Amino acid sequence: MNPLYLLRRHWVWLAILVIMLAAPFLFYDWSRGRHSGFALTLMSEMALMAVFALSYNMLMGQAGLLSFGHAILFGIGAYFTAHTLNWVKANDIMWLPAELIPLAGGVGGLCCGIVAGYVATQQRSTAFAMITLGLGELFAAAALMFMTFFGGEGGITTNRVIHSSIFGVAYSSAWQVYCLLIAWSMFAAILMYLLTQTPLGRIANATRDNYERTQFVGYNPRVVRYWQFILAGFFAGIAGALYTLVYEIVTFDTLAAVKSANALLAAFIGGGGGFFGPILGAVVVVGLQSGVSLFTSAWLLYLGVLFIVMVMYAPGGLIGIIGLHAPIARMGRLGELMVPYLRALVPTVVGGAGFVAVVELATHRTIGAAQGKKLSLFAMPVDSSSLWPWAIAVVLAVAGALWLRAEGRQFRLRWNALIEDAKARGIGV
Amino acid sequence: MSDAAIQLTDVRKSFGRTEIIRGVNLTIPKGQRHAIIGPNGAGKTTLFNLISGRFPISSGTITVNGRNTAGLTPPQINHLGLSRSFQVTSIFPRMTVFENIRCGLLWSRGYKYSFWNLLGSQRALNEASDALLERLNLHSRRNRPAGLLSYAEQRALEIGITIAGGANVILLDEPTAGMSHSETEYAQHLIRTVSEGKTLLMVEHDMSVVFGLADVITVLVYGEVIASDAPANIRSNRAVQQAYLGEEAA
Amino acid sequence: MEVFVVSLLNGLVYGMLLFMLASGLTLIFSMMGVLNFAHASVYMLGAYFAYTISLYLGFWPALILAPILCGLLGAAIEMYGLRQVHRHGHIPELLFTFGLALIIEKVVQMTWGMVAVPYRIPDGLDFSLFTIYGTQFPAYRAFMLLISALMFAAIWLGLTRTRIGLIIQASLTHPDMVGALGHNVPRVFTIVFAAGTALAGLAGVIGGNYRVTEPGMAFSMGPIVFVVVVFGGLGSLTGCFIASIIMGLIQTFAVVLDYSLADLLELVGIVVTKATPGAEFLTVSLPRIGALLPFILLVLILVLRPRGLMGTRDT
Ligand SMILES: Nc1ncnc2c1ncn2[C@@H]1O[C@H](COP(=O)(O)OP(=O)(O)O)[C@@H](O)[C@H]1O
Ligand SMILES: [Mg+2]
Repeated sequence: MNPLYLLRRHWVWLAILVIMLAAPFLFYDWSRGRHSGFALTLMSEMALMAVFALSYNMLMGQAGLLSFGHAILFGIGAYFTAHTLNWVKANDIMWLPAELIPLAGGVGGLCCGIVAGYVATQQRSTAFAMITLGLGELFAAAALMFMTFFGGEGGITTNRVIHSSIFGVAYSSAWQVYCLLIAWSMFAAILMYLLTQTPLGRIANATRDNYERTQFVGYNPRVVRYWQFILAGFFAGIAGALYTLVYEIVTFDTLAAVKSANALLAAFIGGGGGFFGPILGAVVVVGLQSGVSLFTSAWLLYLGVLFIVMVMYAPGGLIGIIGLHAPIARMGRLGELMVPYLRALVPTVVGGAGFVAVVELATHRTIGAAQGKKLSLFAMPVDSSSLWPWAIAVVLAVAGALWLRAEGRQFRLRWNALIEDAKARGIGV
Repeated sequence: MSDAAIQLTDVRKSFGRTEIIRGVNLTIPKGQRHAIIGPNGAGKTTLFNLISGRFPISSGTITVNGRNTAGLTPPQINHLGLSRSFQVTSIFPRMTVFENIRCGLLWSRGYKYSFWNLLGSQRALNEASDALLERLNLHSRRNRPAGLLSYAEQRALEIGITIAGGANVILLDEPTAGMSHSETEYAQHLIRTVSEGKTLLMVEHDMSVVFGLADVITVLVYGEVIASDAPANIRSNRAVQQAYLGEEAA
Repeated sequence: MEVFVVSLLNGLVYGMLLFMLASGLTLIFSMMGVLNFAHASVYMLGAYFAYTISLYLGFWPALILAPILCGLLGAAIEMYGLRQVHRHGHIPELLFTFGLALIIEKVVQMTWGMVAVPYRIPDGLDFSLFTIYGTQFPAYRAFMLLISALMFAAIWLGLTRTRIGLIIQASLTHPDMVGALGHNVPRVFTIVFAAGTALAGLAGVIGGNYRVTEPGMAFSMGPIVFVVVVFGGLGSLTGCFIASIIMGLIQTFAVVLDYSLADLLELVGIVVTKATPGAEFLTVSLPRIGALLPFILLVLILVLRPRGLMGTRDT
């Protein structure tokens, strides 16, 4: 095939690869010739969360199944990997190359998917969601109960440095592990992408769109979903394996409800409709989690608010928002949205700043002050016990919101006019 | 071994305490084009639901291509070579028109639940899907999400999904309902060509389509067959005129 | 015997508390098809509201005001949130309440702190009502039973004796038919949602000081309430009541019966030691399994009998 054609079609993959390889060098410490540990961990977390969220989306976006217990697949994969690593180390096993260790996680997730998927896919819709919720709670509780496999509260520790690499790499430096992680997450993501192009992937879409009709074109939707669940389990398990490689310790948090919720948030915020949405979502969620949590303990609240806003106004997620612009871009009139966007941006910033200020003031009063921390907002020291900052913050938030509403109306007018134009010219919406 | 495509023997169906299908006997030989007519609420759609396995029957037997369908699920009955359409359009709205058609083709082409074949490189499959799109006059809509099509286009797609798999027994539930005159004419032509050499059972209200297509017409009233005969005889049947056609004329 | 009677009473108290939470959720779930993840969060809010109000006005005003606040909040959620999301379909609806639960938990942490607040039983009710087998039965528990019974009666009267109650009853079993009869469905939904959340708030008011008022209380209560709703069955308040009591009893008894499979085997003469295969499973004691029991039940019911105890249709 023509390489240029391939590039044009698959440029996203190449871009992702380049970003993953290049980004750590932005934080490279040239004077000491070392990678920043924080940057590598952050990027690793984003990559493995992306794999996890993509796996989640195999159920949510592609099969229309809402799971609240996806982390059990991730967690079992992580535990499998830790035990495999320990076993390889203890017995000095040379036939299992270090590069293939993540497969152990995949197998773990697959096995877990075979069991959990069988139970969960007996039902659909809300009942499915509740079964996965129950399974998630069960696994999390069992993890604290059975010491041998789960290691109780302390979890299972392991050591990723084993000496069976086919390339002769020891994986003792963070950069080496990061390269392995890039390889595996790219591999997993590409496989998941290819899966969407197979008969199973398409029929999974069909069961999402119209469960009943699928039966009359010859497919048993339950079987379709079971297969889909098992395969999602494999990839969630790989994500879990990558987690083990990065952190070298697996605790019961890896299969608890919060982890499941993270996958859900990432997949939904990114957008379940397109394939790449969850990757974007994982970057946003991990970014908020790791970046914003450095500055504030209220990051989960911001994430929650972002999530609710998306659910209410943009159920297609970030990728959906981008997709909405496609017809306008094809007309070449994206520029006309520039001014409306800028005009909407101002009240958003004002209101957002007010909201953030209120949240931070409140957090400081109840949590921060007790720890003797000083509060500073937007680089200004603020006294959370006096009235003024509160008043200003509330006024900013309310004024911003009202202003945004007015601006939003203007924006919608402009937007609708453009979309109508696109329709009139026969450009698909 | 009979050569009936569909055989119903004393089929009954009750919802709660009301009996909707009240002892229907019907034999449709292979290769016949058969129409069911009858007033609204007569149980025509219910009969389709029973034959295609959507609901279980209360008593009686149904055979499709010689096999008793008792206890079979809709996909299993589909694998016996029977495919049906729905009165209330039932398509895959978020998938493209092309994907809709291809979904109808997958099982019959032996792909089953496979996750190792890439659909993009299945030449024969894709060509067959495109060829069917041409026949349905939907090729210009190929890459549109099916949910955005016009009503008539969706009806055409509904027929397309039904016939895509090449089933030899086809059940169409009011295929032309809500279509304009020219659309109906085209649909009639389409149904004629796709049912060539196959067994067709259809529910239809448009009498020009019924009399234009059917070899045999069955009249169903209140869950009972009151007549089943060649079109000419149905037209002159007193009971039918009273129960049904007369109503139209009045 | 004494353990039995005391546990029975405690189980009953807990079961009634569960019912107060679950009845609202059953109504909402059956009518609107929305599994409200934020329901237990409102229960938590009820407790915190009551704590704050009782600081200034005392417990008795809080008993009235906090549920009303929760009900108003519920109405607002339904009118400005759920109705908006409803257009997008089923999954966004579920996710909306899920996100709400996340936010409420964080807001509670921000407003009242990460640790438990000292929300206490009012002095007037802080005495022992009677003593059985040497164990004191606190008056507050009797008070809780009384409130739950009153509420149960109120629901029952409301559903059978008022016009809107009859509409609600009809839409419990046939949600799609009510609109066809020409009733104002959105308003009925708002009322049911508000009433359901008010009940959850009330449960918070009387449950918050009986148990602990802390930011984790929604998260630990939420799944149990789901279990009760599923167990009782969609569209059936009676089923919900029975399920609540059973769940209350199960959870209470599981805590006091400190036995394991190993003890059972010992009765037939098999002694389980560390070396026995599967010793880890066999020695898990009932109180520890007690925490798992609701979820095992949840999964089993949904798989084997999705209409629950007395449901009119599958979950
Ligand atoms: N799932 C069902 N439950 C209860 N009654 C039904 C159901 N499906 C159809 N019916 C009833 O069966 C009767 C026949 O309906 P139907 O088969 O759709 O009629 P037709 O297609 O001939 O117009 C109607 O009275 C309808 O109300
Ligand atoms: Mg019909």
